[in-house]
Amino acid sequence: MFRARYPRRLPAVALVAGLALAVSACGEGTTSTAAPEASPSVSAAQLNPNANLSRQNLTISVWPGYTPDYLAAKVEEKLKFKLKVATHDTNEIIMGKLTGGADTGIDVAFVSGQYAQALHAAGLLEPIHPELIPNMANLYPEANELSYDKGNVFSVPYTWGTTGICYRTDLMKTPPTSWNDLLNPPADARKKVTMMTTERWLALPALKVLGLSVNTKSEEDLNKVKEKLVAAKPYLLGYDDVTFGDRLKSGEAVMVEAWDGWCPTAEKNIKFVVPKEGSDLWVDTMVVLKSSKNKEAAHAFINFILDPKIHSWAAQNILYKVPNKAAMDEVPAELKEKNTPLQMTPSQLLTGEAILDLGEESTKFTRLATEVKAAK
Amino acid sequence: MRRSPLLHLPFWATYVFLYTPIVVLVVMSFNSGKSPYSFTGFSLKWYGKLAGNDLVKEGLVNTLIVAVGCTALSTVLGTLLAVGLARHTRSRLLDALGVLPAVLPDLVLAIGLLVFYATVKMTLGLHSVLLAHTVFGMAFVAAVVRTRLVHADNSLEEASRDLGATPFTTFLRVTLPQLAPGIAAGALLAFTLSVDEFVIAFFTSAPATPTLPIVIYSMVRFGVTPEINALATLLLAVSFTVVIVAQRMTRLTESLS
Amino acid sequence: MTASAVPGATARARSRRSRLVGRLLGRLVFLGPGLTYLIVLLLIPLVLVLSYSFFRRGRFGGVVYEASGESLTRLLDPIYLDVVLSSLKLATVATLIALLVGYPTAYMIARLPRKWKTVALVAIVLPFWTNFLIRIYAWIVLLSGPGLVNSALGKLGLGPFEFLYNEGTIVTGLVYSYLPLMVLPLYAAIEKLDPQLAEASANLGARPARTFVSVTLPLTLSGVVTGCMFVFVPSFGNFVIPELLGGGRSIMVGNLIRDQFLTARDWPFGSALTLALLAVLIVLLLLQAWSARRA
Repeated sequence: MFRARYPRRLPAVALVAGLALAVSACGEGTTSTAAPEASPSVSAAQLNPNANLSRQNLTISVWPGYTPDYLAAKVEEKLKFKLKVATHDTNEIIMGKLTGGADTGIDVAFVSGQYAQALHAAGLLEPIHPELIPNMANLYPEANELSYDKGNVFSVPYTWGTTGICYRTDLMKTPPTSWNDLLNPPADARKKVTMMTTERWLALPALKVLGLSVNTKSEEDLNKVKEKLVAAKPYLLGYDDVTFGDRLKSGEAVMVEAWDGWCPTAEKNIKFVVPKEGSDLWVDTMVVLKSSKNKEAAHAFINFILDPKIHSWAAQNILYKVPNKAAMDEVPAELKEKNTPLQMTPSQLLTGEAILDLGEESTKFTRLATEVKAAK
Repeated sequence: MRRSPLLHLPFWATYVFLYTPIVVLVVMSFNSGKSPYSFTGFSLKWYGKLAGNDLVKEGLVNTLIVAVGCTALSTVLGTLLAVGLARHTRSRLLDALGVLPAVLPDLVLAIGLLVFYATVKMTLGLHSVLLAHTVFGMAFVAAVVRTRLVHADNSLEEASRDLGATPFTTFLRVTLPQLAPGIAAGALLAFTLSVDEFVIAFFTSAPATPTLPIVIYSMVRFGVTPEINALATLLLAVSFTVVIVAQRMTRLTESLS
Repeated sequence: MTASAVPGATARARSRRSRLVGRLLGRLVFLGPGLTYLIVLLLIPLVLVLSYSFFRRGRFGGVVYEASGESLTRLLDPIYLDVVLSSLKLATVATLIALLVGYPTAYMIARLPRKWKTVALVAIVLPFWTNFLIRIYAWIVLLSGPGLVNSALGKLGLGPFEFLYNEGTIVTGLVYSYLPLMVLPLYAAIEKLDPQLAEASANLGARPARTFVSVTLPLTLSGVVTGCMFVFVPSFGNFVIPELLGGGRSIMVGNLIRDQFLTARDWPFGSALTLALLAVLIVLLLLQAWSARRA
């Protein structure tokens, strides 16, 4: 049982570390929680296209309100298996669970593109079996060209969009046009600005003002970004990923960094603008976990989501664009009229820079976020 | 003893400070308007909305499953541990181990268990939260039972043993009945703590089985809605009832003085 | 058959043996289950946290079992040290405020007539038994921009003020959450105090302040220390209050730890930070033990 595997170069801590290692060694061997460092395995499971789905149970994890309430009932009716919808508030929370090493029981997870990429690199994803998802034909051709996963090898896009500035036309004298307006707001917006708290989007405005790539790994670049962000901090109401829309409506904030669909543009006095320096392209995707025991059901589910009727629910209700041509055609013109971000075309979207996972270097952004938030 | 206003002021200030937010929540839960900030009229509609919230209901069921399981396990393990520590060992080290979970910051325990579950590749779910909650639940039961044990009449146990009863008969027929109120108080404590616990559950639960505090955390993060006020009022009513009933039953404060 | 020659000795030996067996069995039955549980689900996890901080970070979370002092040296990095120090500061301020408010309150309760004493104590404990997150949420409703305090002040022609999202609100949230934990041990200590001591001191001509400093306070010091610990420990490791009431604009060690396990997926550094948290706690426990011995 006490198979000692600890390296000999641990003189002082050998005793304690050894005990812990012995404990973990009982389970697995060397790396029990660490993902393999080597290139991710691409071995796909043998899936049976004629599997009896009614013998399977599917658990998905998705942001709250990101799929229709009737989804579970519809899936059971049409696909004949039980669907359990779990929710996660942020990418981080579900990533923490999925990469933790313990079995979470999740079959399909909704995560943003760069996180799908990280999960794939960690060897945690089942490759997508396109033959089980005929509805992939509904996707725009552009949706096959997403740089975090060209050809949708391990992920299927669910929604896509960009990040910009969402603001109150009645409470701001001059409408913002540049990321600089967010970082260095005019007097009527000071202390009434929010920026996002998730690290990559926190850095985005400063990166774009400086003309840098959203995927930069340069320490020097990030130091400049940090300076900008720290300088902007006194003007902020707070960092906010979820309630910025409400704050804008109540007038607590007058200008916020926002994902396009979450900017409540249907309100009379609220507008969305993509700053002139450009912005990102984000994609929220569906991935199938390698640990899933219900992979056939998982693919059937993704296929079901890509059905134009179901998929257009997202566009019509969360007001995010979906990369599904047939589904976008279902969206009433009147709704598109009211919510200007829905009018962006795929080619316009692709001018945004896709956020990629930076692997080992991604800690630099974590560190940046910590430094900015810890700054006085 | 002369009571100076110097004492009165902080005394009353404390109660105003403690109860203002609570009163506000309760009042606003009956608000008919959508704004959580201004009272526009009496209504029960937020309670109706809450009753239709599946996530809350699911969280409540999960929480109750965890709390009941944790209470049962904590009560058995904690009671045995209390007797064991008081009667079967003199080790101060073991004593310290017994109270450690009660004084450990919840985050430390949460991280420890997260790392542990990951290392042994445990499947997460309600059971992983239940096992985690029992770590501190047991410690609290043991602590409460032990204070009772100190007051318990040791000579009765000795008499029982002298009369030839085995330690287990003695435990079952003499010690246990004397401890019953302490065990009940400990069980109640373990139950309440488990129902309310957030940090450990946050780190050790599976995404598909959130407990009520996790659901509440998500609701609070997603902004201020009167639905939370309604939920808060219901939870307040339950815990106030429980505490007052428990107070009547066990007179917890008596043991403090 | 020598045994038959001394039957009494055998019987005694047998009974001694059976008592020994009984005692062992008693230990096994009473201490066995609980201690096993605590070893598996408390000590081993803590040892794992300790050992993880000496390993290298796995690229996608978890650890690689390769020795590295990196995570521990990173603790000394000014940024992280700053966060630790500012958490120490916030937790200390919260503890001191709780003490300043809690002491007179506990003192008053201890001197109330018996019937009212119980009521007052229960009233202190009650809020503590309601969901922690909901109590925090209540402060958002009260203090936010369009919140109740501001709309009340607005009617008086004042404000709106920005109450929420600063260190002051974090401290308020901490004091609010943990004040009952300060009052209870203080009450227990003050209750034990013989009021005649203070009277004697007064009769001997000491002024109230002097009586308090040289009689009351030293005799209730153990309660003070315990109460301070009860408030300080959960405050220091908190991540929910800075997040919800601080607007994410200031972070504490707790946020840093959570972020290492969720955002950064840097388990070794998260473990190292957890250890730092534990180290502070151990220092405090020693302090408490020392003061208990003095009292």
